[in-house]
Amino acid sequence: MTESAPKPVPRPSPETQPFWDACERGELTIQRCEDCQNLQHYPRVRCTSCRSDNLAQVAVSGLGTVRTFTINRVPVSAAYAADVPYAVALIELAEGPCMMANILHCDPERVHIGMAVQITYEPRGEVQLPQFKPA
Amino acid sequence: MVTRHGGQVSLRGATALIGAADTAVGKLPGISPTALCAEAALAAIADAGLTLDDVDGLVTCTSMAEPHMYHAQMMAEYLQITPRYCVTASAGGGTTFSVIYQAACAIAAGMCNTVVISMADSLRTGLSRDQAKIMQSSTGHAQFETPYGSTVPGYYALIANAYLHEYGATPEQFAAVAVTARNHAALNPAAEQRTPITIDDVLASRMIADPLRLLDCSLVSDGGSAVVLTRADRAKSAPHAPVYLLGAGEALSHEHISQAASLTTSAARHSGKRAFEAAGLTPSDMHFAQIYDCFTPVVLIEMEDLGFCPTGLAGEFFAAGEANLGATLPVNTHGGLLSHCHPGNPGSMFALTESIQQLRHAAGERQVQNAHLGLVHAQGGILSSHCSLVLGREETL
Ligand SMILES: [Zn+2]
Repeated sequence: MTESAPKPVPRPSPETQPFWDACERGELTIQRCEDCQNLQHYPRVRCTSCRSDNLAQVAVSGLGTVRTFTINRVPVSAAYAADVPYAVALIELAEGPCMMANILHCDPERVHIGMAVQITYEPRGEVQLPQFKPA
Repeated sequence: MVTRHGGQVSLRGATALIGAADTAVGKLPGISPTALCAEAALAAIADAGLTLDDVDGLVTCTSMAEPHMYHAQMMAEYLQITPRYCVTASAGGGTTFSVIYQAACAIAAGMCNTVVISMADSLRTGLSRDQAKIMQSSTGHAQFETPYGSTVPGYYALIANAYLHEYGATPEQFAAVAVTARNHAALNPAAEQRTPITIDDVLASRMIADPLRLLDCSLVSDGGSAVVLTRADRAKSAPHAPVYLLGAGEALSHEHISQAASLTTSAARHSGKRAFEAAGLTPSDMHFAQIYDCFTPVVLIEMEDLGFCPTGLAGEFFAAGEANLGATLPVNTHGGLLSHCHPGNPGSMFALTESIQQLRHAAGERQVQNAHLGLVHAQGGILSSHCSLVLGREETL
């Protein structure tokens, strides 16, 4: 809780380790249920549709659209102060599931709902953090 | 009395709120949140014409500024009482009302007779601004949301932008919610912000997270609030007119905003329906509504989901002044989280104590004429968990 704390680094759990391992290889993946074909993100131990544990971590296109967004004018902590203003968005992946990300390599004022985006990565501690940029 | 039909217990009129008290609110550097919680509890018990010995149930919520893992037990020790029913609630801003529902169930089930529900926190002076921001934003998913650096206003701004986009609503309509709250706070001597504001003032306030401006965001306060809930047959001897719990409903749709199936509707649809059905009433029967207003667009979504306005049109309702005192349906008669106070999880308690004052016909200058029935609604998380309560005077039983 100190004010000079760095940006938080995701700490993989057993369920999410394959996701973060794939990010390390530059591959965006989500879970697919091998019994009912349901696609889901974030990774879980069971399918959110049929509760099967027969889940695979499969590669997706890395393409999506901005479902909604905001431009943070106030940093959440000192570690983000240099980034202000920064866009936070919910991305609807082309395959369906939703994930949160910043929109990088883009003037935040130009971000809009429906904007086409594609995956990119930001090194963050020991992980490659999935981010999006204009497609 | 508790009745059963089809195996379901009806709580309609089985319990009543007989005590209510708020501490001072705003900036209170001289008192800890634990002490505020104790003071609120004792004041509500005195308001009910009771003493601590009459209380056999205690519900609290933990404080961010002075956290304790087993908060209610700690408060029982602090007050030197040994309640039969002792629970710490935790569902964000929805905490308050969901514990009223649960306390009513505990009373109906015979676990206890009289419960004091007391909540307090010191977000303003008990935490640094940065601590408060980090603490609140920790509601995000640790791996899949928090790394992206959103503040809590930022999370709600995701909803706000989706709402503007989907319904063609306007920032002026958001602003009308803030103006309405301030109009009411101007009539409430206890409110933190009482200087009237205009739509233009809201639009000219600084952008926090687009499209939410400073005056679209609720306050950050210290303060505590408590109520006493008892069995209906014990309520008759209370010094003030009892306020009966007629119906309650809870619902949730997600915890993290990135998992929400809808960004512009909420589980308030279900919590409201459940509460109205249990009460045997409809939205149009209500004489006022206290609607959780952490950020202005949240009020619009809740008003629509609770059935007070058609989907996408709550902004017009506020812009037309229909939520003002004396108009169609006064909303947040005390000034709400936007202008009265917002000490975090205890925030919605003040909407409950305000409802009690309104139904006692003791709300002074801001009294809703002939108020017999009211709805209070709170939500927690990021538009995640919801609780609705329908309250009424004795003649509505
Ligand atoms: Zn499945």
